Amino acid sequence: MLTKRIIPCLDIKDGRTVKGINFVNLRDAGDPVELAKQYAKKGADELVFLDISATKEARKTTREMVLKVAEQVNIPFTVGGGISSVEDVYILLNNGADKISINSSAVKRPELINNLANKYGSQCVVVAIDAKKINSSWNVHLAGGSIPTKIDVFDWAKEVESRGAGEILFTSMNHDGTKNGFANDVLAKLSSELNIPVIASGGAGKQQHFIDVFKQGKADAALAASVFHFGEINIVDLKKTLKQQQIEVRL
Amino acid sequence: MKVVIIDYGAGNIKSIQFAFQRLGINTELTSSKSTILKADKVIFPGVGEASSAMNMLQHSSLDRLIPNLQQPVLGICLGMQLLCKYTEEGSTHGLGIFDVKVKKFDTRVKVPQVGWNVIKDLKSDVFVGIPEKSYMYLVHSYYAEICDETISKTDYGLEYTSALQKKNFYGVQFHPEKSGDLGEQILKNFIEI
Repeated sequence: MLTKRIIPCLDIKDGRTVKGINFVNLRDAGDPVELAKQYAKKGADELVFLDISATKEARKTTREMVLKVAEQVNIPFTVGGGISSVEDVYILLNNGADKISINSSAVKRPELINNLANKYGSQCVVVAIDAKKINSSWNVHLAGGSIPTKIDVFDWAKEVESRGAGEILFTSMNHDGTKNGFANDVLAKLSSELNIPVIASGGAGKQQHFIDVFKQGKADAALAASVFHFGEINIVDLKKTLKQQQIEVRL
Repeated sequence: MKVVIIDYGAGNIKSIQFAFQRLGINTELTSSKSTILKADKVIFPGVGEASSAMNMLQHSSLDRLIPNLQQPVLGICLGMQLLCKYTEEGSTHGLGIFDVKVKKFDTRVKVPQVGWNVIKDLKSDVFVGIPEKSYMYLVHSYYAEICDETISKTDYGLEYTSALQKKNFYGVQFHPEKSGDLGEQILKNFIEI
């Protein structure tokens, strides 16, 4: 059976990992390559690198980093952040990224999804959707969740699928950073309405949250950052717990 | 040992090169027919859409060269599918090494299949040292049916072929270059054939 995936997310700035990372036996916690190798060894199924650099210059550094990660890491990885053109994607894929993730640029120019899917195949096109629940409706937000739009999440997700996205990475701004669990209701609805995989993000705090996001949220994969970086959750232990709950994982 | 990766413009080839590099094996990326003919091992990669990939092969007349190769050839992902007789993707006629059709997963399952799934009923020298039901990384919307040339099976809504072999031709649907240490072992086995 296809397994549920556990995906650590690394924020990258100027080619280095940011946010505190508390790994034992790590020579350089700011080195994305070193970290990625550790995660591959410690049971991560995939990795996501999110480039939060503000300048074009810094993004060039990220491209070099992608090449080094591809050289040394034997599990798949996705690169997102600041991607706005087919040309950007070409460089990242050519440097060895397996998938790319687009967000605001897809909302501004939805045909970018079609162009990428036609040129490189749906399998490498992840569309990230940041959303916030306002009153009773879930609205898409841009620029890391800071700019609200009137776009309904479910409408947008379906459009994204029909334009050729291979996966959706859904982040609930209401849950992100709270460590109180994932947005399981909206995730379950997304997962049932879409026929492409949904990666859940935002809210991971303890192992139970992962059980819930797979069982109740019907997610295909779960992404988290700090709980893994700070060693609060060990991925192998987490997978053992999931397996005991009859959730299929790669151990 | 000369290992070549056929370059016909189809997708992410870097990962495959890097995987061999981690095994200490140098590879050459080439579209030169004479270089391919002289190689000890040939890797036939591919991601993307089948009919446009097939067009690119025809454009460089590699579609005539590949079926006549005598050395071990390994098709990966779309490369494997193009070694088959026919694929529903773009109604494309493949190179016909494997006498099997490639079909689209139906909507009972999410398409594409993305992630780690088990390979089972393994038979072939490329699986030496690979335990039954090992996990491999797969990303695909189309699958090859079960046939006489099947050397590995996987379940996703139905049972399908995740690897094929006929004489010197091998094909794997999964990405050994992205499937951790066991994936690298399969690449190593192929090189040692």
